Amino acid sequence: MSDAVIPGKIADKVETPFRRFVSEFAESKVALGALVVFIIITLLAIFAPWITPQNPYDLAELDIMDGRMEPGTVGGAGFTYWLGTDDQGRDMLSGIIYGLRISLTVGAGSALIACLIGASLGLLAAYAGGRTDSVIMRLVDLQLSFPTILAALMILAFLGKGIMNVVIALVLVEWAYYARTVRGTALVERRREYIEAAQCLALPTHRVLFRHLLPNCLPPLIVVGTMQVARAIALEATLSFLGLGVPITEPSLGLLIANGYEYMLSGKYWISFYPGIALLITIVSINLVGDQLRDVLNPRLKK
Amino acid sequence: MTVYLVRRLLQALLVVLAMSVIVFIGVFAIGDPVEILISPDADQIERERAVQALGLDLPLWQQYAVFLTKALQGDLGRSFVYNEPALKLILQRMPATMELAFGATIFALIIGLPLGLYAGLRPNSRFSRVIMASSILGFSLPTFWVGLMLIMVFAVYLGWLPSTGRGDTGTLLGMQWSFLTWDGLRHMAMPALNLSLFKISLVIRLTRAGVRETMLMDYVKFARAKGLSPARVTFVHVFKNILIPVVTVVGLELGSTIAFSVVTESVFAWPGMGKLIIDSINVLDRPVIVAYLMMIVLMFIAINLIVDLTYSMLDPRVRLESKGT
Repeated sequence: MSDAVIPGKIADKVETPFRRFVSEFAESKVALGALVVFIIITLLAIFAPWITPQNPYDLAELDIMDGRMEPGTVGGAGFTYWLGTDDQGRDMLSGIIYGLRISLTVGAGSALIACLIGASLGLLAAYAGGRTDSVIMRLVDLQLSFPTILAALMILAFLGKGIMNVVIALVLVEWAYYARTVRGTALVERRREYIEAAQCLALPTHRVLFRHLLPNCLPPLIVVGTMQVARAIALEATLSFLGLGVPITEPSLGLLIANGYEYMLSGKYWISFYPGIALLITIVSINLVGDQLRDVLNPRLKK
Repeated sequence: MTVYLVRRLLQALLVVLAMSVIVFIGVFAIGDPVEILISPDADQIERERAVQALGLDLPLWQQYAVFLTKALQGDLGRSFVYNEPALKLILQRMPATMELAFGATIFALIIGLPLGLYAGLRPNSRFSRVIMASSILGFSLPTFWVGLMLIMVFAVYLGWLPSTGRGDTGTLLGMQWSFLTWDGLRHMAMPALNLSLFKISLVIRLTRAGVRETMLMDYVKFARAKGLSPARVTFVHVFKNILIPVVTVVGLELGSTIAFSVVTESVFAWPGMGKLIIDSINVLDRPVIVAYLMMIVLMFIAINLIVDLTYSMLDPRVRLESKGT
């Protein structure tokens, strides 16, 4: 669908926009490296059960005698704990890879739902204008004037703890960014001839909105979406660290870090240190990819 | 100007009302109010008496009216845990959070401004690149993890600073402040630095962009042509002009710094409002949650109002524009 629309728009400049996009993206070695790192992290998370030496959520596999072992120790089960173990004898490496799974799912899932809601409302605001527009944009302003952590805390205070509530909180906190971005682009695009042409053909409104207007608003949406995934992962980790997120039996990265807190004071640094490094690498790699996407997709920076 | 002021005040009032409805619905309608407002230890007779006393048998709009009247009188319920008025608890913790937020702001300015100035004056030097790369890191690093690492390095391994708590406090205006004692300052250093990380990055970026823009201005070229020393051009002509936007943004950020202190306070066991709200959410001490949310909403609306009014005084375009709509 989008393939049919995008080449039509800039066909007079290049033959294959996708190939040009790829080569422009690859111009930055840092961004390319970040993308590779991110793909590796994603693959690790997807194939976690086949990679990790231990299922960190299966309490039967954990040996409490192996608790708080230093990195590199060989445990009772016969394999080496390369990154040490936590207080319950959980292999940190396995815990981190499974934790990445939760962090990525929550981050990407909430970003996707927020994107669907935000983009639809943004399109509607730009297309309908008038009263609808001002009501939606007031809501966006209200949402953006409060810091994300506060809005998330408020929602979790009402709904209670739990992973689904964290996702709901993240969606409610983030939709406004998408709505604002899409509205801004759509306001420009809707004055173009192709929209006028579609309207002249008396196509139904939803068709004009989603088949004609939306595909042309995608580039900035993709950039915002990438950055928001990183933000969502960071926010989920923070909420879990505060004890408001995922349950203790299936720790995400934030909760792993929180678990290590009390042992850090006695010098057992690895329980908190390594999950933090994993979190950092994930967030930085997504941000670097997003930065490069913004540069490539921004028409103002093109010659 | 008066018209604008009245309009803006009315708007703020409307938002406060809207937020009070949201908080009310959140606590009184989504959850079971009996469970939320009455201590779980209460027996059946106590429960019924409390339902009567709290007016939970009334229709919802009447309950809201009662909630609002009580809130206006400063009564936001009693904490189950401390058995004290929730508002009083919050106000007691406020100085701790405030001094942390101000400490973070000062850190952001004394670290961010010189670094940003350097990066702006020598954009191509190696040190500038290091500064800019670290500022990206400052945006990406999860605050709570950095806090833990600070404790690990400075408290556990080096033993230079105390890891948690507020230390000795001095009394000023009837409130307890840590910045009045040396021990308190030592306790404050790490949390304040932790809270300021994001803002240091922000100040560096703003200052750098401002310097690069200002260096191209005619008045800077003219000052140079007059033969003024580079130091005088930098600090009088450039620095003064970039200070206004930087200070404005940092002031605007004060609200979000107070909100984000929730995380820092939890890491460093700093007994402020943020630590209180997290503890209250964990033990379901709902009156305190309601009081905190209402307080912070009020604070935010006040900050936004002050910023808008200051802007409209400084820049006539703002108030003329809103008159047109």
